[in-house]
Amino acid sequence: MADRKKLSLAVWKFSSCDGCQLTLLDCEDQLLAIAEHVHISHFLEATRRVENGPYDLSLVEGSVTTPREARAIRRIRRQSRRLAVIGACATTGGIQALRNFARLEDYIGAVYARPDYIDSLATATPITEHVPVDFELRGCPIDKGQLVELLSALLNDRRPNIPHYSQCIECKRTGAVCRMVATGTPCLGPVTQAGCGTLCPTHGRGCYGCFGPAETPNADSLAARFGAGGLGGRDIHRLFHSFNANAPAFREQGSPSDG
Amino acid sequence: MAETRRIKVEALARVEGEGSLRVTVRDGRIKDLHFGIFEPPRFFEAFLRGRDYREVPDITARICGICPVAYLLGASLAMEDALGIEVAGPLADLRRLAYCGEWIESHALHVYMLHAPDFLGLADALELAAHDRALVERALRLKQIGNRILEAVGGRAVHPVNFRVGGFYRTPRKDEIRALIPDLEWGLDAAVETVRLVAGFDFPHLEQDYTFMALSHGDEYAIHRGELARSNGMRGPVPAFLEQIDEEHVPWSNALSGKALDGSHHFVGPLARYALNYDRLSARARAAAEQAGLGRVVRNPFKSIVVRAVELVQAYGDALELAQNYSEPDRPFIEAKVRAGEGHGATEAPRGLCYHRYRIDGDGTVLDARIVPPTAQNQRAIELDLWSVVGANLDQPDETVKWRAEQAIRNYDPCISCATHFLKLEMDRQS
Ligand code: SF4
Ligand code: SF4
Repeated sequence: MADRKKLSLAVWKFSSCDGCQLTLLDCEDQLLAIAEHVHISHFLEATRRVENGPYDLSLVEGSVTTPREARAIRRIRRQSRRLAVIGACATTGGIQALRNFARLEDYIGAVYARPDYIDSLATATPITEHVPVDFELRGCPIDKGQLVELLSALLNDRRPNIPHYSQCIECKRTGAVCRMVATGTPCLGPVTQAGCGTLCPTHGRGCYGCFGPAETPNADSLAARFGAGGLGGRDIHRLFHSFNANAPAFREQGSPSDG
Repeated sequence: MAETRRIKVEALARVEGEGSLRVTVRDGRIKDLHFGIFEPPRFFEAFLRGRDYREVPDITARICGICPVAYLLGASLAMEDALGIEVAGPLADLRRLAYCGEWIESHALHVYMLHAPDFLGLADALELAAHDRALVERALRLKQIGNRILEAVGGRAVHPVNFRVGGFYRTPRKDEIRALIPDLEWGLDAAVETVRLVAGFDFPHLEQDYTFMALSHGDEYAIHRGELARSNGMRGPVPAFLEQIDEEHVPWSNALSGKALDGSHHFVGPLARYALNYDRLSARARAAAEQAGLGRVVRNPFKSIVVRAVELVQAYGDALELAQNYSEPDRPFIEAKVRAGEGHGATEAPRGLCYHRYRIDGDGTVLDARIVPPTAQNQRAIELDLWSVVGANLDQPDETVKWRAEQAIRNYDPCISCATHFLKLEMDRQS
């Protein structure tokens, strides 16, 4: 039975790797405390108890890749007072949106012996393209700290305090050594939203953009800078075409056929 | 007219991904049983074509958020094989340490939060917490330490950023790794307690004639490397995998399910590793298994929860030893010269053997990719178990059948996202 005083929380999975919803279970220190304030109405990764809506808050992971998913997200939206999307899949389409740049038949033929059994849309699209959402959490995967902030903000009816500036600014703020200056490593930090905790630069590699485009990213000029530094069009294309390839700012960068 | 009874388990809970089970009973016997999975296709093998070989570990990691290290390493090993380099010594030890972190995180999550509630008649770990909060706190800490290892070695627990073909981007400092030791010492004891706890559960009776397959390695309980071994006596190098196992695409229930080419009852995962590598278990893990009353081979899939707990002891013990002996490798990765070639890689993901094969051209572009994850290989075994389990419970009400069937599926900890391929359910076969 639903506890009437608690807010009800539902967690939904669309096409994804489960990593973002797992991040919720990874909040070990806060998990039991969160459970005291919310009532989990639907979270298949964690419980067999399934309750009907309406829900006070829905967290949605994954992108829309089948007709069934396209219908399901509209139903979930109707049943949810607030709806937040979590992760690159839900906010830009994720890695599986690479199909948007290919022919679906070629993809199906490459993986399946019997293409006629496959029921799939030609594109992988973010949840945000299907329904209005109240908040977007970025990352592949999302960051634990940002998730806890999102939950406490939404459950207390305040705006989450999540920055939209770039990873590059975050590196400067935290004094991380700039990979591009120090080693000439191509880095998407200047156009990627901060929030991961400066992981790649502090591990000696360039940012590969898993948090998606920052506010007003100037991806064209970064791509031009990569080119001037000697990176070929195909490598530039690969760099932008990973976990957020379908994001408008990243979509057109580089050229797949230009070595 | 024959009486037809249909039992449906639509969305399968506490399984990563969504599956469903459809059983048709006629005249008191199972006429049809389909275990289906709704996981939509994400086409990894297709879009890997044309990528640079160095991108493949990070990309394949996104197949599964629960076991990214399995993909990061499996893909790296395959690329290293193609390029003719071998990561050994301290760098390989560091890989094993990280992999122990993934086993710990995944096994602790599954044993306590996903599977134990089935044995206790509870809906989830939160109900368990209401009964015994200290127990769930222990579970959470056991799991969290696995994440800590991954954070220390890889930067974060889900899709760590520090792994690459040839090794790591940066090697952790000694103090970062040694800081894990007190937690690992606690965890080793808590893991032994876990074996004791789950060994006391009631286990439905079921003995299956599986042909086990796992990696095997002379020096250790195989996790991050090894050769292929099967319980029918077959031994072979990793590239021989596809000579043993193939995938088939069937119209009903699950597509692309792995099957042994010799028609045997193929099974990967903890029971397989345990049976094939029992002699390589640590003294502590073996003692825990003996105390729990396990023999050298366990064929009751419901007891996989106990074997998983024994592996938790193994992983904690190994991680502790690796952390105690850690000194910074003199370089973070081994440089490789790009060349055209084919490479194979396999590791023991928490759910079982996971195989990769790639072909790359002279500038390192991927021409072809093949990935056979553990859940795909076990689908047939799951279905065969379900025939027995559902068959034995036909006199029970639907709710009980459903409970037992879910529990049986969860014996496999099926991470359905990792069935890389789409599994379509044919809903209406009676018409
Ligand atoms: S955004 Fe990344 S981590 Fe999150 S579900 Fe999608 S693939 Fe997994
Ligand atoms: S640095 Fe960039 S790619 Fe790396 S984790 Fe952060 S956002 Fe993701």
